[in-house]
Amino acid sequence: MTRGEKRNLRLGLAFISPWIVGFLAFTVFPVCASIYYSFCDYDVLTKPVWVGALNYRDMITDTVFWKSLYNTLYYAFLSLPFCLVIALWIAVMLNQDVKGRSVFRTIYFLPSLVPVVASSMVWLWILNGNFGLLNHALELLHIKGPQWLADEKWTKPSLILMAIWSCGNTMVIYLAALQDVPRSLYESAEIDGANPWVKFRHITVPMISPVIYFNLIMGLIGSLQVFAQAYIMLGGGGPNRSALFYTVYLYQNAFDYQQMGYACAMAWILFLIILALTWLATRSTRRLIYYGGE
Amino acid sequence: MRFWNRSGASGAGMAIVCTVLAFTGCGTPPPTNGRVEISYWEKWTGFEDDAMQAVVDDFNHSQNRIFVRKLTGIGEIERKLMLATAGGDPPDVAGIWPATVTGFSEKGALTPLDKMVKEAGIRREDYIPVYWDLCCHHGFIWALPSTPTSLALHWNKKLFREAGLDPDQPPHSLDEFESMSERLTIVEIKRDGKVVRVRYPDLTDAEKKARDFKLVQVGHDPQQPGWWMPMWVYWFGGKLWDGQRQITANGPEMIQAFHWLQSQSEKYGVDNRRSFGASFGNFQSPQNPFFSDQIAMTLQGVWMYNFIDKYAPQMEWGVAPFPAKDPAKYPLVTIVDADVLAIPKGARHPREAFEFIRYVNQQGPMEKLCLGQRKFSPLVNVSDEFYRRHPNPYIKTFMDLAKSPHAQYAPRLSVWGAYNDEMNVAIDRIMALSATPEQALDTVQSRMQWKLDRMLTRWDAVRDERLKEWSDHDAR
Repeated sequence: MTRGEKRNLRLGLAFISPWIVGFLAFTVFPVCASIYYSFCDYDVLTKPVWVGALNYRDMITDTVFWKSLYNTLYYAFLSLPFCLVIALWIAVMLNQDVKGRSVFRTIYFLPSLVPVVASSMVWLWILNGNFGLLNHALELLHIKGPQWLADEKWTKPSLILMAIWSCGNTMVIYLAALQDVPRSLYESAEIDGANPWVKFRHITVPMISPVIYFNLIMGLIGSLQVFAQAYIMLGGGGPNRSALFYTVYLYQNAFDYQQMGYACAMAWILFLIILALTWLATRSTRRLIYYGGE
Repeated sequence: MRFWNRSGASGAGMAIVCTVLAFTGCGTPPPTNGRVEISYWEKWTGFEDDAMQAVVDDFNHSQNRIFVRKLTGIGEIERKLMLATAGGDPPDVAGIWPATVTGFSEKGALTPLDKMVKEAGIRREDYIPVYWDLCCHHGFIWALPSTPTSLALHWNKKLFREAGLDPDQPPHSLDEFESMSERLTIVEIKRDGKVVRVRYPDLTDAEKKARDFKLVQVGHDPQQPGWWMPMWVYWFGGKLWDGQRQITANGPEMIQAFHWLQSQSEKYGVDNRRSFGASFGNFQSPQNPFFSDQIAMTLQGVWMYNFIDKYAPQMEWGVAPFPAKDPAKYPLVTIVDADVLAIPKGARHPREAFEFIRYVNQQGPMEKLCLGQRKFSPLVNVSDEFYRRHPNPYIKTFMDLAKSPHAQYAPRLSVWGAYNDEMNVAIDRIMALSATPEQALDTVQSRMQWKLDRMLTRWDAVRDERLKEWSDHDAR
């Protein structure tokens, strides 16, 4: 490395030093510290006391921990397929050559631009059992709607419904992928007499499979970390903790009950769960994904 | 090239400086003329904040050594204080609640005030005893009150009159309360194909059993506003723990209280109550169910006057002690709480901070503050002028309740937050009729005893060291 290159390197590092310092101080250090704290009895205000694997052992017997994990997996495994399929369906529709296409695209994308706090407040009213728009619409169909957020049977479906409503980001990613599918493939298929479903099944899906995979992984990670809407709409987990998600319980332990050690252990278990599910998803979809040129 | 390098280096320097400024804030505070400046964090907003600001201004003008700078409207003050204290940069004075005092003091995050209190000649006898006790934990005093509260029954006289009840005669026992509550409950029901409004006692036994009606007005809803749900047990003569090492969540009085709660769902129907609850507006609005004639009687605090004055000024209302199950044995039961002023551990100017707290706790400033917030004074000595000028016609009732030997408060447990959450889940279960009170409370008992044991194990390990540290503490 010449003197000039060294100088440039130093200069470059100086320029990005605010980010490096921030990354080290606010990401690397907390992540490393949380491993240590997860083996401690730590309440933030006093010094951590090493307790070995006690926090992890406590998790096994903590029924609320298991309930929060169940709620989260229930939410993830229902909201994710719905979001992936509905977003793909909307993207395919919006990829058709119809009049006002860009207007429709904007309309469908808009919900994902609404800040989560604002959309949660709106949904609180939409889901109101007496005055909510949703129950009003059901009433027009002569269906008596439930108390969405007051009845423990309906709290998770309510949040899943809300997740589907805001799948605009997933849709936009699909849309970009759909536009990259070569027209020539469709034209060849049409010459061979393929119908729209066959074209979708044998051309569209394989061609955008890397994007489906990407959306699957991102959706999985996002849905397992669901927090804001549940915390805003249902506070401490809703009736009988029916919507107490993993991250909400983690937050309660960290900041409400001052059990930061336990919360850190929970965070690491969540990381391992996400890692395992991502690995599983990657492994099970490996043969189904088509990367161009392979 | 040289030019670019030099300007590049200064650019990088600027980037760092800007980042540092962005993180630290670069506003210049007004000058304090060489006085010791103490920072004071408070959670209040609106007229409550104005009342405290007036007292702060008086203090700042009363002497030229200390200047109090109040940072106000701090939401979730407990969490912010926890992080600031852990980070070594707490305010000098913090306006918190007694529940925070418990956990923070045990963890060594507050400054014991005993020596300063003694030097200042402040005594327990100067206060309504419960408010002094709320500031103490493990035999040490950690805070002094700013404003106190107590709870009482509020009732709507118009709805009493419409139900044929004497509007000036509140219930004297819980049984009487329950029968009046039924009389004040109105339902909509289909009779002969027509929807009619009927008072609950006028329903036939079959109609009561079928519960196929819609609630349009209730005498009382124990889940409204639902802020003290685990503490209904106090009106049954029970308690939430033994004050030492034992949780008493499934004690007989607690089970009795939970049966009373569950009887609301059994009587009026789970779905009917949910549907009725969904029709309530925000607490701080004219759509508050008590203001909108949906609920005739409610347990509320001394602050309720302010909201009635603002949102339902035409309302005819009364205040009385909320009746106990056994009024002869427990005549004046209430739950008390307070806003308190504490000095976090690590505060830069604890002596000066205490000077301010001491000032607030003098009769004159305290009455000014409590009058401004329309509360009563936690001090024993109160001027006639205070009562004369006080707008709340029932202020003495709240004060009498606070002085009662049956004035209760939330358990002084650092695991109270978790206990409260567990109890609320148990209440969800019994109100949904998905568990009996015994089942729900046994779950709470086992979970909370486990948590308390865990907390006590840790406390036992540091107890002697902490007590010595607090005894030796000298803020100088």
